[in-house]
Amino acid sequence: MRTNEKSRASATLVTPASAPVRRTPAPPAERMIDAPPFPENVKNYINNEQLRANMRHATHTIRAKRSAVAAELPNWEELRTAAEDIKNHTARHLDYYLEQLEANLIKNGAQVHWASDAAEANRIVIALVQAKGVDEVVKIKSMVTQEIELNEALEAAGIAAWETDLAELIVQLGHDRPSNILVPAIHRNRDEVREIFLREMKLYGKAAPEDLDNDPKNLAAAARLHLREKFLRAKVALSGSNFCVADNGTLVIVESEGNGRMCLTLPETLISVTGIEKLVPTIADLEVVLQLLPRSSTGERMNPYTSMWTGVTPGDGPQEVHVVLVDNGRSKVLADTTGREVLRCIRCAACMHACPIYERVGGHPYGSVYPGPIGSALTPQLRGFNSAIDKSLPFACSLCGACAEVCPVKIPLPDILVYLRHRVVEEKKRGHLGLEQTLIGFFGWVMSKGRRFGRFGTMAGLARRVLGKEYLRSLPSLGKRWTASRDLRMPPKSSYRKLWKKRARRKGGA
Amino acid sequence: MMGRQEVLDKVRAALVDVVAQEQDSALAPALGRGRSIAPHPAMTESIGASQAPAQDTPPQWEYGQPTAVHDVAELFIDRVVDYKATVERAATEAEIPALVARMLASAGALTCALPAGLDAAWIADGAAAGVQMRWDDPPLSKEELNTISAVVTAASSGMAETGTIVLDHRADQGRRILSLLPDTHVCVIRADQIVTDVPEAMARQEASLRAGLPITWISGPSATSDIELSRVEGVHGPRNLYVIVVG
Repeated sequence: MRTNEKSRASATLVTPASAPVRRTPAPPAERMIDAPPFPENVKNYINNEQLRANMRHATHTIRAKRSAVAAELPNWEELRTAAEDIKNHTARHLDYYLEQLEANLIKNGAQVHWASDAAEANRIVIALVQAKGVDEVVKIKSMVTQEIELNEALEAAGIAAWETDLAELIVQLGHDRPSNILVPAIHRNRDEVREIFLREMKLYGKAAPEDLDNDPKNLAAAARLHLREKFLRAKVALSGSNFCVADNGTLVIVESEGNGRMCLTLPETLISVTGIEKLVPTIADLEVVLQLLPRSSTGERMNPYTSMWTGVTPGDGPQEVHVVLVDNGRSKVLADTTGREVLRCIRCAACMHACPIYERVGGHPYGSVYPGPIGSALTPQLRGFNSAIDKSLPFACSLCGACAEVCPVKIPLPDILVYLRHRVVEEKKRGHLGLEQTLIGFFGWVMSKGRRFGRFGTMAGLARRVLGKEYLRSLPSLGKRWTASRDLRMPPKSSYRKLWKKRARRKGGA
Repeated sequence: MMGRQEVLDKVRAALVDVVAQEQDSALAPALGRGRSIAPHPAMTESIGASQAPAQDTPPQWEYGQPTAVHDVAELFIDRVVDYKATVERAATEAEIPALVARMLASAGALTCALPAGLDAAWIADGAAAGVQMRWDDPPLSKEELNTISAVVTAASSGMAETGTIVLDHRADQGRRILSLLPDTHVCVIRADQIVTDVPEAMARQEASLRAGLPITWISGPSATSDIELSRVEGVHGPRNLYVIVVG
């Protein structure tokens, strides 16, 4: 975990005297999109035994919990199909439901904003926070705000965004990045958490008790104390949303700790940033997704707290409510009739917990806020196939299919990854041809005519006779990659076509 | 408002295939190309019929159905206990005051917040035992609430299968903040308010949501599994949850 060490070192070097002073802990300096391709990037993680042990424990625990509670419901498969249908229907009429949601939000006293991309969304949120004359906000864990890098945009505008989910707090104070969309600090164990709390909490608010041990109960209590003063002080809260109900203008957030309820209830102003794919048409549709989500994600029958709110409730909670609808590449995904299936995702993380690759390397090597199978299928489509990491993500998969079996909205992840591999190759073919493309092109030419293929077989057999070997033990240059771990078998002396002809002759002669 | 038009334009451009399919099936329903399954409920109360989504991909789902549960109240109690909450069953309303007092005492509560519309009889024993009762009328400030140790509320409904209490924050349940800042929450729910599972409960809540009321689902005390996935009860929300099931 090279990146963390580096940023941790630089963070401790910054003293109040050597401005510019940040309001919040600095995350790793490297941009995620600049990550090296997945096969190279994993090398930084795969040999970290602590990480592998943490990940193995976490994924196996949560996998077992998920399958136990999913098996409790006799109609689990019907629920999955219903959710698939609901989300497909919504996507097919997204323009209609977006306008309906907007109308109902406005009717209920909320203000609606639209952002085409990350920069626009960040501009809108910063302007809203500045209009309230405050320089800090409390925040509920939200994937879309990570995707648009809202915290760093706020920091640049002099606004401190405090993460209030326990795991997000661990990540933020650890100068780190989340490695899971559900349990962002899944890669950290209790000793690491204790160390981070003791070192960092005092720099940004109420210090951790000096005698803090590594008992998760006490670590959670330290977080409760550290954040309570921030909750009581904050005038503005930021959230995402799990579901937006178009026909009533209701937003839904599911959570465990109560930090969400704090943010949704205490501040005077609430700004909810939400991806445009989060919609469901009706209140009734919630009965389907609210059964699937907790059982698929944390493996509980129900998460401790679910909050629903419809614009402004006079005398209860924030009296100024904003909703920012963010596209940021989603309409591009929607335009791809195969790739659009990923927009059904309800961000439960079941696919990553089921994934044998994710289990061994964690979320960081994916270079994306959405790691694991869904990340590999969603991120390159959202960002475009321009960076080295995005071109490699569809290949970060053994196509074992475990993810598709657990997905509560039945996204056929392996099929989509195969399709995206095709897109990556098509994209490559449009540029200059590499060795791989040239070779494949050559074989395509050879095989396009029967006689040509026959002659090629004869020539390959000739090469075998000339070299006089059945196996090649080592090839030069690029070929070495193949022969480093296996021998290359030479083509047979005689081709199948020749054998067939011989046989026909023999039969004819007999 | 530039963003709005841009986003909607891009979404519409992305859905040309859907529009084309729909025109196809609209032209040739007799040929059996259009699907004739019941429409999605959203379409029955659309804003304008002319722009209502066509009847495609309706969910194969019957909404609002109860599940097979033998004893709804008993299952509810089992599931709530499973979340490490304390549950007591009262045969009649007359038993509520004594139970409330006992729970407040066991939580060591010295002060208790009360929703403006709570039945005053429920807290008579607790008040007599010396717990200082604070009515949320006029509304208590968040600083005051942060120093109050407990809250007593009614409930709007319950779900047995998931052990979930639903608050729609009417006068007997109080503002959302009331059941959030105090560390102990005593919740009184009538057995006839408990339904089987999420679908039945969702149908019951629809009227509250349509009326603009906020809704909170509570399934056990505040919890986290963020450190090594080991469950810790009690983070930001009330760390002690007491439930009284009446009837």
